[in-house]
Amino acid sequence: MSTGLENINTLNTQDDLKKQVYQILETVLDPEVPVLSVVDLGIIRDVQILAPPSGGGGGWGVEVFVTPTYSGCPAIDIINVHIRMALLQHGFKEIRITQLLSPAWTTDWISEAGREKLKAYGIAPPHYRQSVCTPEAFQAEEAIQCPLCQSYNTRLVSQFGSTACKALYQCNDCKEPFDYFKCH
Amino acid sequence: MDTIRLNYILHLADNALILGHRNSEWCGHGPVLEQDIAISNIALDGLGQARNFYQSAATIAGNGATEDSLAYLRDVIDFKNCLLAEVPNGDWAQTILRQFFFSAYQYLLYTKLQQSNDGQLAAIAEKSLKEVSYHLRWSSEWVIRLGDGTEESRTRIGNALEFLWPYTGELCLPAGYELDAASNGYGVDVSSLQSDWHQRVSSVLEEATLAVPETGWMQSGGKQGRHTEHLGYILAEMQYLQRAYPGAEW
Repeated sequence: MSTGLENINTLNTQDDLKKQVYQILETVLDPEVPVLSVVDLGIIRDVQILAPPSGGGGGWGVEVFVTPTYSGCPAIDIINVHIRMALLQHGFKEIRITQLLSPAWTTDWISEAGREKLKAYGIAPPHYRQSVCTPEAFQAEEAIQCPLCQSYNTRLVSQFGSTACKALYQCNDCKEPFDYFKCH
Repeated sequence: MDTIRLNYILHLADNALILGHRNSEWCGHGPVLEQDIAISNIALDGLGQARNFYQSAATIAGNGATEDSLAYLRDVIDFKNCLLAEVPNGDWAQTILRQFFFSAYQYLLYTKLQQSNDGQLAAIAEKSLKEVSYHLRWSSEWVIRLGDGTEESRTRIGNALEFLWPYTGELCLPAGYELDAASNGYGVDVSSLQSDWHQRVSSVLEEATLAVPETGWMQSGGKQGRHTEHLGYILAEMQYLQRAYPGAEW
């Protein structure tokens, strides 16, 4: 995983280091939607640089605050391992990964760049929050655009898709079934 | 050790785990692929919620307890889930109706638990509520579809209603630790959910053209560890590996 990023030992300020951490995290991809980085996904809530222990011999450390998308997302553990490996490879010594549950993750935190990447990958990106699920049965669906032919003439097949974060749709025009990264 | 708080959190965790485990039994056996995926997703949400609650409980239990030891190394009498969570799946109608009753309860419970003065419980409730909203919507639609469907589907959901109804009384019947949890500000007094639960359930049953059963004699005891004969079989299957090969990982 060579990223061409500077070695952290050449950076001086905590701000520079923090920026560097975000650049490193941009290279850590969601294993289930491998076009999105954990930063695109909006699950990185904060980064704190930990100063080297006094007395020498140590190096910079970092604490990364991560929130899960869904409680049962099976990718949580593997994402944490990938974050740890990427940071170790770039020279950080102590790495803490802390899980934050509140505020609860929402698809509103997916970056604009992430939405474009999803669409190019064939997954319809989530609408913004106004369409979040309510428990009322048979509620009206918002029109979801087909990521292939751009038609809005699509229908919901199932609110639950191949992963917890997606719903199944089908385009009524090009007939292609597709995933919608459902609003959450 | 705060035993009452531990029992309260274990009760929440056990509900999510046991119902999640029951739903996971459908994986690969759903009536159609899309619904197989749906019920498996709902099972996964339950397991995730259970993990969060068990992690929180483990910090109180101390003594080397972990989320895994709490899930895999306790016996039937230690489990505090409602009986409704452990009843067999039966047919699709019975599974759907059980999920609907439970989701309607969890939706109300988690809404209030967001106000808990235990920050971790409030956070888990906030997170879980978003997932339960999907479960409640999905199961409501299925209850209506089956009740107001064909003669066959209507017969099946009617049988499920008759079988499951006596297990619903326990949901809003508080155990001692729930009352203590509520009076200490970190739990919810579930008796305060009763009328809202009944109202939501009645409106969906009516839309499904099903008669709301009279409230008669109700089963209870799960919250105190007095379970049906079914829980032992669930635990035997679920805990086998960790019991036979302690600490096994892969």
